Amino acid sequence: MTGAPPPWAMLAELTHGCPLHCPYCSNPLELVRRSRELTGEEWAEVLRQAGELGVVHTHLSGGEPLLRTDLETITAAAESAGIYTQLVTSGVGLTKARLAALVDAGLRGVQLSVQHSDPGASDRIAGRRSFTAKERAAALVRDAGLPLGLNIVLHRDNLDALDDLVELGASWGAQRIELANTQFYGWALRNRTALLPTREQLARARDAVERWRERLDGSMDLVWVVPDYFDGVAKPCMGGWGAVSLTVAPDGTALPCPAAATIPGLDPPNVRDHRLDWIWNHSGAFNHYRGETWMKDPCRSCAHRAEDFGGCRCQAYALTGDAAAADPACGLSPHHGLIRALAGAPGPGPDDTAAAGPGYVYRKPGRG
Amino acid sequence: MTADTAKEADTTPAATPPWRPALAPAVHFRHDRVRDADLLVLPERVVVLRGTAGEILRLCDGIRDVDAIVADLAGRFPGAPVATEVPAFLGRLRREGWLR
Repeated sequence: MTGAPPPWAMLAELTHGCPLHCPYCSNPLELVRRSRELTGEEWAEVLRQAGELGVVHTHLSGGEPLLRTDLETITAAAESAGIYTQLVTSGVGLTKARLAALVDAGLRGVQLSVQHSDPGASDRIAGRRSFTAKERAAALVRDAGLPLGLNIVLHRDNLDALDDLVELGASWGAQRIELANTQFYGWALRNRTALLPTREQLARARDAVERWRERLDGSMDLVWVVPDYFDGVAKPCMGGWGAVSLTVAPDGTALPCPAAATIPGLDPPNVRDHRLDWIWNHSGAFNHYRGETWMKDPCRSCAHRAEDFGGCRCQAYALTGDAAAADPACGLSPHHGLIRALAGAPGPGPDDTAAAGPGYVYRKPGRG
Repeated sequence: MTADTAKEADTTPAATPPWRPALAPAVHFRHDRVRDADLLVLPERVVVLRGTAGEILRLCDGIRDVDAIVADLAGRFPGAPVATEVPAFLGRLRREGWLR
């Protein structure tokens, strides 16, 4: 298949190195070593090609992108390719001078991760003292006049703090808060038992979001990323495979979604070997689950197939062993029982969790 | 006291100078050559502009006021209802926070 509409966005994972160790990290279990990372020159060329291909928006992410000493050069390359840049950061290592240099290079906005509204809990979830650095980073971004978004991954350990999290965002000057219920791949799947919330926690949090939306009346944007384990509905993952955006991993591997490297046999192309337009339009990896021809029953004949695209391929593979199966999050999937059993199971209450400690497997580099 | 009242009445109109629309700092307006479309690019969001929306936004330079923008467009699009539709469009974008 050729002639796919061009991508709008690119996630640039500049490094997998990170001072934080969040137990739900979206990076793969096999982290790319620093020595295998693309150089600044290689990133500049990727961004140039991305602009030509039609990418208008990029998240400069990681890991922690501030660990790249050439982040300013990479930002400038995106800007000169006409691409709008946002920094996705833990806030650790952001100084006034660094931010000023990034703004000079063309940086347009910052998305700051927050683990919890309580400093001690935030540091515990992040696996490192970092809350104070985040608070300082938010102030720097606000003082620089850049739009600030908070990215908060929600799970059993912080869902009950939703009111405090929104208030924290307001007091830090955030224009947007992404309340992202944990998606269970990679590290989060490994920590699923500790992270999976109860239905009651989710219902309370959802109600709180509704109340806040009324109260804020558009003055802050609250984005609620649905907890697909609980809704019986598959998410339209990535807006469709190879449809809206692409990810480039630190070593140049190009992927239709950040988790797609887990799918066996995908053979993802690398920007060191191929041009980005070939990767997007002609590579096997980007065409494999594009459109509908790959679908099996029940997706193939489903009325929702153009809305949810069969859900998430990585989740289908992780839970059923078949990446072309319907996403088990969907109530119509023959494997939905796998998820219902987990999501319906009574978990420990939040108080129990706090008392016992959640027992995370923290993200850290492997021996590879 | 009379003088004070008169002074206050005189200064009221001057306190609301005409709006000179300009893009908000986080909003980037650009032409997309690949899709042949005008875009507004914002954090986490891209707005594809249809019709003459891009022509209107090109005039939002923080120098022209709304009347000047309307006059410019009226000259280029004779017969179009610019006097009513353009201020309404600009007001919508201001409420979205994209213009200020």
